[in-house]
Amino acid sequence: MEIAKKPLRKKSLSKKPKLTPEQKAAQKAKTKLLMKKNWMLYLFLLPVVIYIFIFNYLPLYGIQIAFKNFNSGLGIWGSPWVGMQWFEMFFNSPRAWTLIKNTLSLSFFSILIGFPIPIILALMLNSLKNERFKKFTQTITYMPHFISVVVLVGMITAFLSPRSGFIVTLLEPFLGERIYFMGDAKYFDAIYVLSNVWQSAGWGSIIYIAALSGVSPELHEAAIMDGATRFKRIFYIDLPAIVPTIIILLVLRCGSLMTVGFEKVLLLQNNLNLAQSEVISTYTYKLGLLQSQYSYSTAIGLFNNVINFIILILVNRFAKKLSGSSLW
Amino acid sequence: MTQANSNKIKDSKADKIFYAIIYIILAIVLVIVIYPLYFVVVASFSDPVYVNSGEILLFPKGVTFVGYQKILEDTRIWQGYFNTIIYAVGGTVFGLAVCIPAGYALSRKDLPYRGVVMALLVFTMYFSGGLIPTYLVVHNIGLMGTRILMIIMGTISVYNIILIRSFFSSSIPTELQESAEIDGCSNEKFFTSIALPLSKPIIAVIALYIAVAQWNAYFAPMIYLSDSSKYPLQLVLREILAQTNTGTEITDPEALEQLNTMAEVIKYGVIIVSSLPVICIYPLIQKYFVKGVMVGALKG
Repeated sequence: MEIAKKPLRKKSLSKKPKLTPEQKAAQKAKTKLLMKKNWMLYLFLLPVVIYIFIFNYLPLYGIQIAFKNFNSGLGIWGSPWVGMQWFEMFFNSPRAWTLIKNTLSLSFFSILIGFPIPIILALMLNSLKNERFKKFTQTITYMPHFISVVVLVGMITAFLSPRSGFIVTLLEPFLGERIYFMGDAKYFDAIYVLSNVWQSAGWGSIIYIAALSGVSPELHEAAIMDGATRFKRIFYIDLPAIVPTIIILLVLRCGSLMTVGFEKVLLLQNNLNLAQSEVISTYTYKLGLLQSQYSYSTAIGLFNNVINFIILILVNRFAKKLSGSSLW
Repeated sequence: MTQANSNKIKDSKADKIFYAIIYIILAIVLVIVIYPLYFVVVASFSDPVYVNSGEILLFPKGVTFVGYQKILEDTRIWQGYFNTIIYAVGGTVFGLAVCIPAGYALSRKDLPYRGVVMALLVFTMYFSGGLIPTYLVVHNIGLMGTRILMIIMGTISVYNIILIRSFFSSSIPTELQESAEIDGCSNEKFFTSIALPLSKPIIAVIALYIAVAQWNAYFAPMIYLSDSSKYPLQLVLREILAQTNTGTEITDPEALEQLNTMAEVIKYGVIIVSSLPVICIYPLIQKYFVKGVMVGALKG
């Protein structure tokens, strides 16, 4: 998150003033000396570099099959080029827009509801005077974070079972009937988003609580002297203090607008809610690994990644202009 | 912390109302978070008949342990447990051994080109080859379906390396390293005898991050493993949880009915059995988890 923003900026600044040839040579010699002296540290980095190269950079080479007709006999390099065929095929299929719409709506609701709740929770917890109650609430609300997706989905299906699910039982008096929530596509987004909030709101609040702990107590004391209520102090002291954190996290979150919790969506899917629950990532999985349409699947995945990357850059630039906080 | 001083001042009426509202909201939040977990526990040892009819809400009815008995008889679960422990322990050791030295090296300001390495690592956080190209790489390097892959895949994360780097650069002063260097201390000596002993908190945090992630991993094992004897617990769990029992060979309707009734209780039981280790150690390690996020947050 703090990704080298300062070192990078410094470097670009230090490069600007023109150096005399002697200075340049001296700098080069110094770099060389440091590299020689610290060779051990490069050895420390070697395993990570190898790992990242194999698992993150080698796949980038494979992206070219999005523009080829991949044939495992011919290999990645040997398969024939087909240009934009797979992209055209995707955008000409009626399915494309449904997938994009489903992905965006799931993501949009996740941000709309899932993003503010941890902030509100952190502000409430931070204003508590009773340390023990605060600790207790934190311990409890972090707990669901450690539950695996498989278990969470198992719980959701059991709780929403029309025959025995307790949520259905609790809602029955209000809705007048026992609704099969998992069997109706229109409830899918709500199930996904609300269960996400249940699982991760507490954990998500930690980062804001950490930021709030940096607020100077003197600010609060001065405000109390001036007669500000606790509620007012939240708005005028606490909230402004965490705005940079909020912006950075929002940028990060928007950068993955086209990414949804893939595992969870896949596990929550059933034939009845597929109209709403089929998203780009689950579709690429099915297409690629279940139907072995490697090239087509890679093309759709690439489209998704590129859009994500562009959104991240745009949002970051926007955030920088607006507030001076940015990722890089 | 921030409110320690305001204790002395009497709350105004507005503040009293404010606190009352906050306590009420938080109490509701607590109930919403705890109840589903509580329900799973209660349902797991209640009589299947009551569980199935949805009659259980607050207290167990007709306490029985048949669900657990059935679970303990299931060899798949034991095998899954065994595999998951291998993947979790192996992955944690591997991840730490690779990430801690790397994070340390990246924290050193006197390392030329560390910015380049950092940029290369960070790029992978935002752009990836995608599912199929990664799958093809795994296939081509011959790790498909191996336990080794399960141990190494996903245990090295750039995010963790950044956390480690932040920890080292904020907790080990440059002066300390410089003076050790003047005294003739080599890089590896400094790392093993000074930096490592000082970094216990971050080691704990990263170890726990990796272990929990490995314990809960589902997708990678699902696509890369085909041999069910290597399945981790989560895959076994999914099999059991997704069971509908309509496909079983039992033709006797009464036996089938009984099996269906049992199924629900077994589901709740396996949830408990599989989550127990994580839930049990969680309160003990909670302070470390929070610390880990803090390191990242304060730096960011």
